[in-house]
Amino acid sequence: MKRNISKTELTLATVLALILVVGLPLLNVAGVVSNFTINLWGKYLCYGLLAISVDLLWGYTGLLSLGQALFFSLGGYMLGMNLMLMIGEDGQYFKSGNNPSLLPDFMVFLGHTRLPSFWKPFYSFPFAAALVLLLPGLLALIFGYLAFRARIKGVYFSILTQALTYGAALMFFRNDMTMGGNNGFTDFKRVLGFNLRDPATQRGLYIATALFLVAVYAFCRWLTTTKFGLVQRAIRDSETRVLFSGYAAANYKLFVFVIAAFIGSIGGALYVPQVGIINPSEMTAEKSLEAVVWCAVGGRGTIIGPILGAISVNALKSWATREFPDYWLIILGVMFILIVLFMPKGIVGLPAQVRTLFRTKKGGIKKMNGMGEAEVTTASIPSS
Amino acid sequence: MGVMSLHAADTSRQTIVKAIMEEDADKKIALINGLVGQNDPSIKPLLNAWKEDAIFLYKLDDDHKIPVLLTDDKDADDKQSATRIEDGLPLKDKDGKPVRLAAADFDAAEHDANLRGAMKGVLELLALTDPHRDKRIQSINTLGMSQDVEKLPALLTLQKIEKDGKALHALREAVALIQLKDEKHEVQIAACKELAELGSIPSQDFLQQLAKDSADRPEVLKAASAATAVIASHVKSVNVIGTAFRGLSLGSILLVVAIGLAITFGLMGVINMAHGELIAVGAYTTYVIQGLFATGVVMQVPLFFHEPLTLRFSGMGLEGSKLDNYFLLALPLSFLMAALVGIALERCVIRFLYRRPLESLLATWGVSLVLQQLFRLTFGANNVQVYSPTYLSGNWTVFDVILGWNRIFVIAFAVAIIFGTHLLLTKTPLGLLIRAVMQNRQMAACMGVKTERVNMLTFGFGSGLAGLAGAFLSQIGNVGPSLGQSYIVDAFMTVVVGGVGNIIGTVISALGIGLLDQSLQQILLNPVLGKILVLVLIILFLQWRPAGIFVTKSRSLES
Repeated sequence: MKRNISKTELTLATVLALILVVGLPLLNVAGVVSNFTINLWGKYLCYGLLAISVDLLWGYTGLLSLGQALFFSLGGYMLGMNLMLMIGEDGQYFKSGNNPSLLPDFMVFLGHTRLPSFWKPFYSFPFAAALVLLLPGLLALIFGYLAFRARIKGVYFSILTQALTYGAALMFFRNDMTMGGNNGFTDFKRVLGFNLRDPATQRGLYIATALFLVAVYAFCRWLTTTKFGLVQRAIRDSETRVLFSGYAAANYKLFVFVIAAFIGSIGGALYVPQVGIINPSEMTAEKSLEAVVWCAVGGRGTIIGPILGAISVNALKSWATREFPDYWLIILGVMFILIVLFMPKGIVGLPAQVRTLFRTKKGGIKKMNGMGEAEVTTASIPSS
Repeated sequence: MGVMSLHAADTSRQTIVKAIMEEDADKKIALINGLVGQNDPSIKPLLNAWKEDAIFLYKLDDDHKIPVLLTDDKDADDKQSATRIEDGLPLKDKDGKPVRLAAADFDAAEHDANLRGAMKGVLELLALTDPHRDKRIQSINTLGMSQDVEKLPALLTLQKIEKDGKALHALREAVALIQLKDEKHEVQIAACKELAELGSIPSQDFLQQLAKDSADRPEVLKAASAATAVIASHVKSVNVIGTAFRGLSLGSILLVVAIGLAITFGLMGVINMAHGELIAVGAYTTYVIQGLFATGVVMQVPLFFHEPLTLRFSGMGLEGSKLDNYFLLALPLSFLMAALVGIALERCVIRFLYRRPLESLLATWGVSLVLQQLFRLTFGANNVQVYSPTYLSGNWTVFDVILGWNRIFVIAFAVAIIFGTHLLLTKTPLGLLIRAVMQNRQMAACMGVKTERVNMLTFGFGSGLAGLAGAFLSQIGNVGPSLGQSYIVDAFMTVVVGGVGNIIGTVISALGIGLLDQSLQQILLNPVLGKILVLVLIILFLQWRPAGIFVTKSRSLES
């Protein structure tokens, strides 16, 4: 990878960013792009943020985290708490006169009469927004510290993050956690005082998502070109050598892990007001793995790849779950197997792959596979 | 009254008829009480029918009435079939045809509160002589709990004729419970001692009540408190043993689930996310075999983007102990099916990824999605019913701890599997090859070992073990498309904690996690919190021993 960002890439990225941030909303105002489409794309872009957070760990550092969906939903839950409190007098129970203290509906349903004290600060939007970053960040810091200090890596890291996600989901499923239990949070009415049903609000949320995505893209693109990014990739390719060169690999990994948690949770926080629901079923290792699929499809080890992957796989999902609801999971599964086996660099790497295929006329696939292996090996096993 | 003969030795039915027709209330009760000691199975349903107004007085002619029982559902004219109480035969008209009667046309046999009380007493005492031991014990326990002093003589009589040890135990407990109500202090104290000696858990509340009531009688109070203390410590030890048993059984389940993974992940280093689905393959195989033995099975084979092909296999229609045998066939077939699926998976996907463990995780996750959806399409999205053989569905009570047969079986099965795996790995030529390839692939290849083939067989063996686990899980839980998902996290944790590449480590970690989980549940009284705490403890444990309980020693840098 080149150390500096080339001019073509810069122009291309700027054009794409302008289309996403300005173009689509303008077309929406003009009535060319429907409100539904804007909302859908807002969702895709949130997934894009989640995919970047997976890729920063997996593609660049060789850490396959199955806990990114956890950070994503935690971010969603933190903002969701504010949204729940902002329902206020529009809640069903208040309207029927059963909720004088303006609790979120699910609490009334569960028989609470007072707001739990840890909910109270969430009346403030800035507080909720701060916690969107702080809580997942803190969790990532603690878990990452423990895991990296014990030099847990490779598949062990994956299995542990899977267990972490599983444990958290079990916790959120409990009703006495007062986080909505099974049903989670839903039926939001307004964000920062704007009505969520209003197309203008949804457009605003979409623009915010697109802006965040562009900012995160720019940040990650910059980060991966710095010396830090080099160490990151060195850890991916041979952690032992990095250690012997005198770098504290654990600190680097911890930093990336926390940054990735931030990015994931921002995605989740933007996702919740646009989709209108958050519940513990978002908090599974499978959701993280789905995000890994997006990365793999788009092309890991690049920043644009995960975004492309998130958009294309989810567009495919929207279409396939409508046309062939029974076969979507099979399509996804088979696509994933094929991509892992034959397209290790995803869509982004496809042109190069096709070129190689044309150049080596004989046994093209075999050779290409070998090449992919050499370049993409993310965790090497001992040749014992 | 002419219809009835007044023999000295009436049958139970005749006595009941007499009681129905008798007009004097006291004589009625005396007749009913006379039923005690008669071991006729028809008494209970008849008395119940009487209480529930299902017995009617049918007019033979102007002077003669006979009691009949109306049963079955009402037809369009509200008529039901009628049975004579006297002999239990259908009521017939002059031509010999069965008569159907409408309840509204006749008077129901009368009964008042006293009579119903007498009937209840008779039924209770009759239950005490039920030929079925467990039912007998149950009614003895109910009587004891009621603490009805009037029932004491009957129980004492029973104590003389009862021969079964467990029933006698129950009788002693019931007698002592009733004696707690005795007016004499010495009897009460003796009863307290007896209950303490029996370690009677159900008597705790009664003893506490007694202690409360006898504040003015210090010696009774003392005896009651002493007995309560003895029983409380008994309860504690029962709980400890129960927890240990449940922990052992959960540990065995984990072990059965994880042992296949310990082979594919531990020995081969392949992260098989589809391991859970291989378990489900075993469980569904058991389901299909059971269906073939019983009433048949229906499968919807998905033909992509066409109408699914519906396959119907008619079953052999076996029942009872013959049906039970299906499980003996299901075990090897589950192993075989899962092994075949595993080998196919290894040949088509995993063999390309031996050097890329993270990628094998991802590709096998794709396989797991596909398999799950295939189960859903083939067998439906809902859980399927798997019949448990009778020899797996009972339970066994030892020392007040209830041990389910299926749980005991899982423990025994886990032992057998471990033993079998150990033998295979250490005593067979294949085991030697497996160990050689896992220790040093290149060297083994140089010595002429066909490593590809060994990989395939090893993976097939690990998958087969998953299939066996599935056959067993079908006996203790639901079988559905996501069966595997519910075990996969636990299975991976077990292998990681045990230390990769070490079967004994997996055994210890499975039993350890099982015991820890059950003990925490017992202490916290909250299964979910217990489970979360176990996960946290595992993460902390890995801080201390990152490579698990047993570390495979290696000079390689990256291991």
